[in-house]
Amino acid sequence: MSFFFEVLIGGLLAGVMYSLVALGFVLIFKASGVLNFAQGSMVLFAALTFVSLTERGINFWLALLATLAIMVVLAILTERIVLRPLVNQPAITLFMATIGLSFLLEGLAQGLWGSQPHGLNLGIPDDVLVIGDMFISTFDLYAAGIAAVLVGALAVFFNKTRVGRALRAVADDHQAALAVGIPLKHIWAIVWAVAGFVALVAGLLWGARQGVQFALTLVALKALPVLILGGFTSVPGAIVGGLIIGASEKLAEVYIGPYVGGGIENWFPYMLALMFLLIRPEGLFGEVHIDRV
Amino acid sequence: MTLKKVLVSCLGAAVLGGIVAGGGAVVAQSNEQFIPMLSYRVGPYAAGGTGIFGGFIDYINLLNERDGGINGVKITYEECETEYKPDRALECYERLKNSGPTGASMFNFVATPPVYATMDRTLEDKIPVVAIGYGPAYTADGRVFPYIFPLVTTYWSQNTAKIKFIALQEQCLAQYPDLEGKPDRAAQCFEHAKKGELQGDGLDKLKGKKIVNLYHDSGYGKETKPILDAQAEKYGFQVVYIPVPHPGNEQQSQWLQIRREKPDWVILRGWGVMNPTAITQAARIKFPADRIVGVWWSGAEEDVVPAGDAAIGFIAAALNPAGDQFPAIKQIEELLYSKGKGNMQDPSRVGSVYYNRGIIHGVLNTEAIRKAQEKFGNKPLTGEQVRWGLENLEITEARLKELGLEGVMSPIKISCADHEGGAPVRFHQWNGKQWVLVSDWIATDQSLVRPLVEKEAANYAKEKNLPIRDCSKES
Repeated sequence: MSFFFEVLIGGLLAGVMYSLVALGFVLIFKASGVLNFAQGSMVLFAALTFVSLTERGINFWLALLATLAIMVVLAILTERIVLRPLVNQPAITLFMATIGLSFLLEGLAQGLWGSQPHGLNLGIPDDVLVIGDMFISTFDLYAAGIAAVLVGALAVFFNKTRVGRALRAVADDHQAALAVGIPLKHIWAIVWAVAGFVALVAGLLWGARQGVQFALTLVALKALPVLILGGFTSVPGAIVGGLIIGASEKLAEVYIGPYVGGGIENWFPYMLALMFLLIRPEGLFGEVHIDRV
Repeated sequence: MTLKKVLVSCLGAAVLGGIVAGGGAVVAQSNEQFIPMLSYRVGPYAAGGTGIFGGFIDYINLLNERDGGINGVKITYEECETEYKPDRALECYERLKNSGPTGASMFNFVATPPVYATMDRTLEDKIPVVAIGYGPAYTADGRVFPYIFPLVTTYWSQNTAKIKFIALQEQCLAQYPDLEGKPDRAAQCFEHAKKGELQGDGLDKLKGKKIVNLYHDSGYGKETKPILDAQAEKYGFQVVYIPVPHPGNEQQSQWLQIRREKPDWVILRGWGVMNPTAITQAARIKFPADRIVGVWWSGAEEDVVPAGDAAIGFIAAALNPAGDQFPAIKQIEELLYSKGKGNMQDPSRVGSVYYNRGIIHGVLNTEAIRKAQEKFGNKPLTGEQVRWGLENLEITEARLKELGLEGVMSPIKISCADHEGGAPVRFHQWNGKQWVLVSDWIATDQSLVRPLVEKEAANYAKEKNLPIRDCSKES
């Protein structure tokens, strides 16, 4: 039984890591109604920039601030060059633009900093906490704590601040938001900057786990079923979705995998999400969209 | 002379000069041997791609710079970015196969999927595919696959050496049980082996042992299953297969299964991010790194650096050792890098594992051309002619020394029937800063591999209705 709980707890903690990436998607989607295909590339770009700066002898905190500043500049440029010309265009146009942005960021990151994988030590202890027969990773516990703080802060940001409310209005209707005086360009720049910050945090934690390398872009694939399950517009949904996906994929891999040849944890979350779509298309916490005609 | 005549004369001279100059260019171009470079410098496997193709290109440039090419024939190349994607690799193949005065000499995909995809095409195009240390093992049967050359050592051969290495460790531990758990166990065992103190090959010690084969869930990852099963049956050990879905950046459940299985050894058949993730996860379940033996696509600096201290003690097969102490590499530094002509963006990577593998690519490709020139003359050769060179390639210890690369690889000899060479394998261990050799060259077990190669090749020939060449009639 302790093995079951070890798999379950490990899965829940892995799920928190997925949630971290999913959060970035949620932020952009809330602001523009667009799935930001470039989120994975932003994770890579942020982590690679940070680690490259520290390897050049720049102090940890200074590198963190500098990377954050770079992500903010990137957000402003994205708003100016990519998003502003596309105001009031169909969501699919914006989505296509983020695909282009994704390739640009991937190329830019590797062009600027090289394609070599880097080790990243954040100073978070990566030991094993032994509880009975169970091994729990202390790194994953710390990561879960960081994610919890981040989610709390974002929840306050969205629900208790003017910017948060303006952001929700923008997501609903660009033109209507502009008509009531909401500065769309500022909102988008702010949201992309916050998404850049989330990408940085996710990149650092994932980078410390597996190294900072191109594969960081692929962690975005782990976030998609989380979003389908939790809803594209809900911060708590991203967390709950992450926990469900993390736990279920690990349990499925360990207990169902051996009967079907193993290696199922890549597609199992998508299957689960698809089944969930049939029951609740807007996700667990997503806003129900009703069009009156 | 009127002005008109002067102008006409000038124009005529210019045209004539142009023809001569152009003719010169044509002559120059016609004395070139073209090698397409299907590199991957961006994407998830760019670290491997930049290293291998960097070494490959540097070696070619060294020959051009130092010797003026091969016997006066300059080697040219064109890069085509594949991002390690099979569809792009095929696109590049089609685009470049007719380039150069005589078409492509050969293709080096440095990726297994395009080898599968071009196996039949090569027969029509008559251009060899060189797969150094990768690709389907059964293509080593040159009677069925005249244009495929999985040179040096296939995955099956490598796996037999890996099991022999594990057996040696077991033998060593049986004689010196105090070494168990010591960080320098493998190095000390190597010392005992060098002194001839090990009383056997240890293969009898494998009986009853459990080995987990943790593999990338792809054709590449599954490649060694037949040979591992055959070895398990022969030596009496148990194999547990655990797949890791692509890309392998999440392996918690796999390592929890490993913890439950309590294996004696783990074979890591990884690629890219799967490797550091596996090593990190092993540390989290307290599985000793020196009981994990990786394939050579797990044994580069890029595979261990991201895992940090967790990788200390990790062992992997070495197609080639790391190091820039070899004379040829010193010449590359001197003739290319000191003049800013080196291919590596980061010159500190010269001498790394992947870079040196690129050098081996350069050696095998160019030596095959050189061999083919012996038969067909010192001129640009077609793919079909280079194929002959590959099939008759022999690189001796003396030749390696002559090339300034003694110790980078072991000698090999290719033949009509054997397109592999069955070269031995070494193993190296990561000490936190560099790879250190912990074995001598270990011979592969061709008594196990070859029958399996012939069986699978015959099946393929039957399925595709391919002829089986009679090698006694080949010249």
